[in-house]
Amino acid sequence: MSTTVAPPPKKVNRIGLEVLNYKGAKSTLCAGCGHNAISERIIECFYEMGIPPWRVAKFSGIGCSSKSPAYFLGLSHGFNAVHGRAPAVGTGAILANRNLLGLTVTGDGDTASIGLGQFCHMLRRNIPMIYIIEDNGVYGLTKGQFSATADLGSKLKTGVANELPAMDCCLLGIELGATLVARSFSGDKRQFQAILKAAIVHQGLAVIDVVSPCVTFNDHEGSTKSYAYMKDHDEPLQQLDFVPAFEEISVEMEEGEVREITMHDGSRIVLRKLGKDYDPTDKMRAVQALHEATQSGHVLTGVIYADTGRPTFIDQLNLVDEPLATLPEERVRPSQAALDEIMEELR
Amino acid sequence: MGANDFTLQIATVNGSGSQTANTVLMRSLFQMGIPVTGKNLFPSNIAGLPTWFTIRASKHGWVGRKKEIDFLVAMNPESAREDVMGLEAGSAVVYDEPLKLDGLRADLHFYPIPFDKLVAPVCPEPKLRKLVRNMIYDGVLAQLVGIELEEIRKALAKQFGPRKAKAAELNWGAVEAGFDFAVKNLAKTDTCRVERMDATRGKIIIDGNAACALGAVFAGATVVTWYPITPSTSLVESMAGYLKRLRIDKQTGKATFAVVQAEDELAAIGMAIGAGWAGARSMTATSGPGISLMSEFTGLGYYIEAPAVIFDVQRVGPSTGLPTRTAQGDILTTAVLSHGDTKHPLLLPSSPVECFTMAQDAFNLAEEFQTPVFVMTDLDLGMNNWMSEPFPYPSEPIRRGKVLTAADLDRLGGFARYKDVDGDGVGYRTLPGTDHAAAGFFTRGSGHDEKARYSERPEDYIHNVDRLARKFESIRGRVPLPEVVRNDNASIGLICYGTTRYAVEESRDQLQRDFGLETSYLRLKAYPFTSQLKDFLERHARVYLVEQNRDGQMLALMRMDLEPGDAAKLRSVRYYGGLPIDARTVTDEIARQEGL
Repeated sequence: MSTTVAPPPKKVNRIGLEVLNYKGAKSTLCAGCGHNAISERIIECFYEMGIPPWRVAKFSGIGCSSKSPAYFLGLSHGFNAVHGRAPAVGTGAILANRNLLGLTVTGDGDTASIGLGQFCHMLRRNIPMIYIIEDNGVYGLTKGQFSATADLGSKLKTGVANELPAMDCCLLGIELGATLVARSFSGDKRQFQAILKAAIVHQGLAVIDVVSPCVTFNDHEGSTKSYAYMKDHDEPLQQLDFVPAFEEISVEMEEGEVREITMHDGSRIVLRKLGKDYDPTDKMRAVQALHEATQSGHVLTGVIYADTGRPTFIDQLNLVDEPLATLPEERVRPSQAALDEIMEELR
Repeated sequence: MGANDFTLQIATVNGSGSQTANTVLMRSLFQMGIPVTGKNLFPSNIAGLPTWFTIRASKHGWVGRKKEIDFLVAMNPESAREDVMGLEAGSAVVYDEPLKLDGLRADLHFYPIPFDKLVAPVCPEPKLRKLVRNMIYDGVLAQLVGIELEEIRKALAKQFGPRKAKAAELNWGAVEAGFDFAVKNLAKTDTCRVERMDATRGKIIIDGNAACALGAVFAGATVVTWYPITPSTSLVESMAGYLKRLRIDKQTGKATFAVVQAEDELAAIGMAIGAGWAGARSMTATSGPGISLMSEFTGLGYYIEAPAVIFDVQRVGPSTGLPTRTAQGDILTTAVLSHGDTKHPLLLPSSPVECFTMAQDAFNLAEEFQTPVFVMTDLDLGMNNWMSEPFPYPSEPIRRGKVLTAADLDRLGGFARYKDVDGDGVGYRTLPGTDHAAAGFFTRGSGHDEKARYSERPEDYIHNVDRLARKFESIRGRVPLPEVVRNDNASIGLICYGTTRYAVEESRDQLQRDFGLETSYLRLKAYPFTSQLKDFLERHARVYLVEQNRDGQMLALMRMDLEPGDAAKLRSVRYYGGLPIDARTVTDEIARQEGL
């Protein structure tokens, strides 16, 4: 006589999906590439937050980083655009459907060089979207040229040193209007998860610059975007926790040790003080902190700037609540009487 | 010359406010029932350079540019000498007296007007005199050619509207001053005159850009992204005005549209394609330099198969060229815009009505065939005022193409984005945000197979682009058909497109009258070409293709598409100086090539 053992119940999230539903195709990037770790975090966070993957639209440009949206959230729509132009495509898509959760994952070549103009104007518009820069300071697909985020003095494998100052995408983000600006490291699972979850619920543009070492072209001695360099120079601003609105967890608040940022949906980012007190809602201080870190050769990570008050571009355009894309004909084609009236005026 | 058959040119300095005086003049003739067109020849400048406004009155209804000026109003000291020297003998000149132009030639009719002396008493405010002064020539012309004063008054009221009645009154004073001066001091010696007709009843006056804008509004466009560039700027600006008026939701006060001034043309087309991909009726408007910048994204739109409508209001030249002059110079580049193998549908409106209807056709084609569609107008059509029939209200519902909903996916279980299910080359798509686990697919500008998966396999690439070629064949069956006028006595055919039609229509009349040469006529309304073109070529011994570019761009496209035997019949007539092509140029060139 045999007994059938019921299989263990599948683990699901709050909307009944398994983590498998959040995975994508198998990565074709190099083993050990920082981008793969970022893909893993995206899968975990969207699963844990219980976001329906079909609500998400992924955007990217061209390069190793921009390939990665194929490797997570396979049930989402994805759009691998032209080099540097993910911001325009994402902006258009979100104008068409304001209910989409926009997730752009792109690189430092896209963001800081060929698409710098688009990046800056996306910041100015505060497009409600997550914008992750998988930042390795190097062009991988073309085999190892410096990108514009390579630090001054950082060396290529060939020994050539970068002689131009680095573009700091977080500084630009703060300066030009992004409303959640963070930096992280692909190797810091806990910190990046907290930031990404905050970005998911943030109503506005969240720019996350993630140092993501390129194991093939930029992980050697002398590189400032290597695993080893980050291990020694990572300077977290705070210890981060994210408390989603759907979890009723109270956080022990020790006076002067903990700050909280309450997001639009009631979720909270809990920031525990590490060393000096840091207020991420203070724009001037945020800019100063980034400059100080550059000067001292440290990489400042954590939530650098948060502004939950600035209206998004969708608000500013005063769009109807429903997606423009699917408005019925009677709401987008004016009446015969309206045309007749205009014709009369032109007589 | 007779009544209602002459061209009047007003030469001024740009920024001097002559536009009001010129518009009122044109409108007055229109109100008198006389077929009329106005063409503004202006510099790429804000103030201080010569500008010419030409009004043609034609009892025959010819509305193309006429080469000869019959009546000149010379207000600009800088250009006056050259303007006068360029006139045909017997023409008339109204001029600012201090310019003393009457000594230049003995074969013209000169009418000196002391503009400064006349303006002072009717405009006490010295700062306004520069603007009001131009209205004096309206009054002078009213007397000299017979424009009814009451119509000028009505046109003024229309121009200024009820809220600026005071300004209208001030200008009316100047009209009267000019009229009175002419009555007392000028003896008419030229032959230009107007008399009331009934050929404009029910018609409207509108520029092509506003007509395209209205077409897009009534097509239900929802996302408009653009970057300012002459001569397309007024298309989006007038559209923004109409959208604010017609497309704010009554209940909520919110907008059913987004208009975004982008940071450049790359972003403008990128947003349009992103929005089209996500299901909006999206568009942008630009001109030559913007088309060049949109090249890469257009190729993406073609290859990933996202709809978008691009209005190209063509101007002259490569590079900056002549930004305020007209041409049909983007045809070839736009038909195959982007690297790699691409082909794009082009619609070719020739009139405000066609701007309106083809804007709607463009959105339908773009969504039904999931591809960027270009509406090729030009500066002449876009920025000049045209007499037009009123626009017909769209008779058909909006066509959104093959979009699968969540319910469809429930029924089908899934779909392959780039599979040719129906044999027309057009796959089914889903919109991002569709509430279904099977809705998602990965859109990529890199190689892909039927299921939108990454692929570098040669057979997948060939399979995909061959389907795109088939799709283009399906489009061929759906574009607006050419207008054909068959003359059974003619062995000669004339082909044209867009605004070139006006010169060609008039030229056919000239060829018939001057040389007894009978011609047939075909006006293209779209690329890809349809079977009517082949038929037309087969029926005629020689076919002249008339266009406004140096290299015969449409001709080159035909050589690419047609059988060599048919293409061998084609001959080329081209004008590319930046002014709208005129009938005489066409007639002379055809006569030369025919050995007449």
